[in-house]
Amino acid sequence: MQIDIAILLALVSAALWSVMTRSLLRSAIGLAFTSVILTIIMFRMGSPLAAVFELSVCAGLISVLFVSTISLTHPLTAREVLQHMRERLARFWLLPVILIAVGIILCLVTIKPVIPLPPPEPIKDVRVMLWDIRKTDLLGQVIVLLTGVFGVVILFKERVKK
Amino acid sequence: MYSCLVLAPFLGVIILNLPFRAIMRKAAFWLCLLILSAQICLALFPAALSRLCGINALGSFLQFDFTADSLTRLLLLCIGIVLFAVLFVQRYIAKEEARFFNFVSMLLLTLAGMNGAVMVRDIFSLYVFLEITAVGSFILIAFNDDADSFEGSFKYMVLSMVATVLMLASIALLLVVSGDTSFSALRSAIQSSPNKVLIDIALAIFLCACFIKAGLMPFHGWLPDVYSSAPASVSVLLAGIVTKTVGVYTLMRIVGSVFGFGGPIKNILLVVGALSVVLAAFAALGQNNFKRMLAYSSISQVGYIILGLGCGTALGAAGAMFHLFNHAMFKSLLFVNSAAVEHETGTRDMGKLSGLAQRMPLTGVTSILASLSAAGVPPLAGFWSKLLIIIALWMAGLHSYAVIAVLASILTLAYLLTMQRSVFFGELKGDLARVKESGFCMALPAVILAAITVGVGIAFPFVINIFISSVSGV
Repeated sequence: MQIDIAILLALVSAALWSVMTRSLLRSAIGLAFTSVILTIIMFRMGSPLAAVFELSVCAGLISVLFVSTISLTHPLTAREVLQHMRERLARFWLLPVILIAVGIILCLVTIKPVIPLPPPEPIKDVRVMLWDIRKTDLLGQVIVLLTGVFGVVILFKERVKK
Repeated sequence: MYSCLVLAPFLGVIILNLPFRAIMRKAAFWLCLLILSAQICLALFPAALSRLCGINALGSFLQFDFTADSLTRLLLLCIGIVLFAVLFVQRYIAKEEARFFNFVSMLLLTLAGMNGAVMVRDIFSLYVFLEITAVGSFILIAFNDDADSFEGSFKYMVLSMVATVLMLASIALLLVVSGDTSFSALRSAIQSSPNKVLIDIALAIFLCACFIKAGLMPFHGWLPDVYSSAPASVSVLLAGIVTKTVGVYTLMRIVGSVFGFGGPIKNILLVVGALSVVLAAFAALGQNNFKRMLAYSSISQVGYIILGLGCGTALGAAGAMFHLFNHAMFKSLLFVNSAAVEHETGTRDMGKLSGLAQRMPLTGVTSILASLSAAGVPPLAGFWSKLLIIIALWMAGLHSYAVIAVLASILTLAYLLTMQRSVFFGELKGDLARVKESGFCMALPAVILAAITVGVGIAFPFVINIFISSVSGV
């Protein structure tokens, strides 16, 4: 139980960091960290398939796309960053309040699923999930990471040359 | 055995980027050519090749979940041929060896993505390999590193992300229904599940994602901008095979193997197909930019494929697959021709071009062959595939759609002949007098693609069985 609370705290910290950091690149990395921690939580809650998908999609593919996109943009100046942060705080201060309120309401109301769900998956080791059951995805992940990294390197090189 | 088609390009990139890059730079073209030739051979003669090379032993060692039926082999063949053309076009237009080397590396990674996407039988794995193709395409579109290509790349990235989000939402809903992501498990779960509403929502979302990726009307906004702003060789790649693989093939496979051709799906496909065929043909008529006109033409031709699928009959599906193959060939050829014209004249504006057939006879002849095939003129390959689709529509009782398909074919002939007249016929403009025919690397893919377009048309009775057998895949 204590481990779960510690992991949840790490999840919130990583999420906060990715939202509050001034650098887009750090924000993307923070999001990847958040996804990795969420994956651990899903594994611990007995949903290995969802955990593997979370790891693949958010920590892998989305991060590659974010980093590739950021590499195509110009970095903001320090002044622009400061102005952007001020505007963001003014615009979105209500969001955490709503989120906490919804959380409290959901804790008070018991929701029963209306959709008949398939039976829960048998708990499998993370190695079994990744190497035995989803190894084709794993190969795909490796290739997509290579593609993203290689693409960013190529585009940066061209820009430096210019 | 089929794992090699993903592993070979992947390992090829790693080998190319090892030390001794000076040697590797020279070897990049030949390595890519070898991999593509092997893929074409494997798609044409799968049994013979596995016996010859003992690839089965290698395949049993590297066990990934890749399989290939007739439809997959057809796509593998198209991918191999189109990328062969792309490789030669880029070799011709690349100004520096280093840039060409980087292009080949990205091309190989995109090849691995497309090959994986057509060979997997799991909806999540399909998504992963589609993303490889998408990431590879973003980078290749932005390859020229200028404002135009960045804008095109950004547009493609945003629209592709929307499609990706829709696809993931659909996968999540299907996972709720079945608890598994393999095609067979999904199909049986869909047939027995009481959650019909959830399944219909998942289907609708997935279809929208495929329509965006294929650039069909009314989800086509990104396609003309991206095709026209991408480097010439990348336009061949996108128009020739990428949108066909990530959009059309995915739609064929998911509808055929998972959801099945039920009543509402057929109607949706027919309406979207007919809209794309007609509206894109009208839009193509009004274009003055060579590549933008070809982009709209591409939307219209993909509309025919969707119309064929919308019949929901075996003949319609065979026609759709035959047209997919033909479209990959003649549209790649037209984009190779546009690359040659752009490279030699420096413009894509049809108003500034005239009488080029006098200076570029080979480009002119192959361009006419591709245009006539696209318009469905006998005995070229495009005629037979359009005929099959129209007959299938008529036999399925969809007479109005059959009439639309015939009339749109006349529109196709109109805009392609207008393009031919303004670019290749008429009096040669003074500033084009020094233009000369493009070199061997541009001419070779044009001649090969034209030969396939003519050859498949003439040998139609012998090749049609390939496409009929592909229907078993869906």
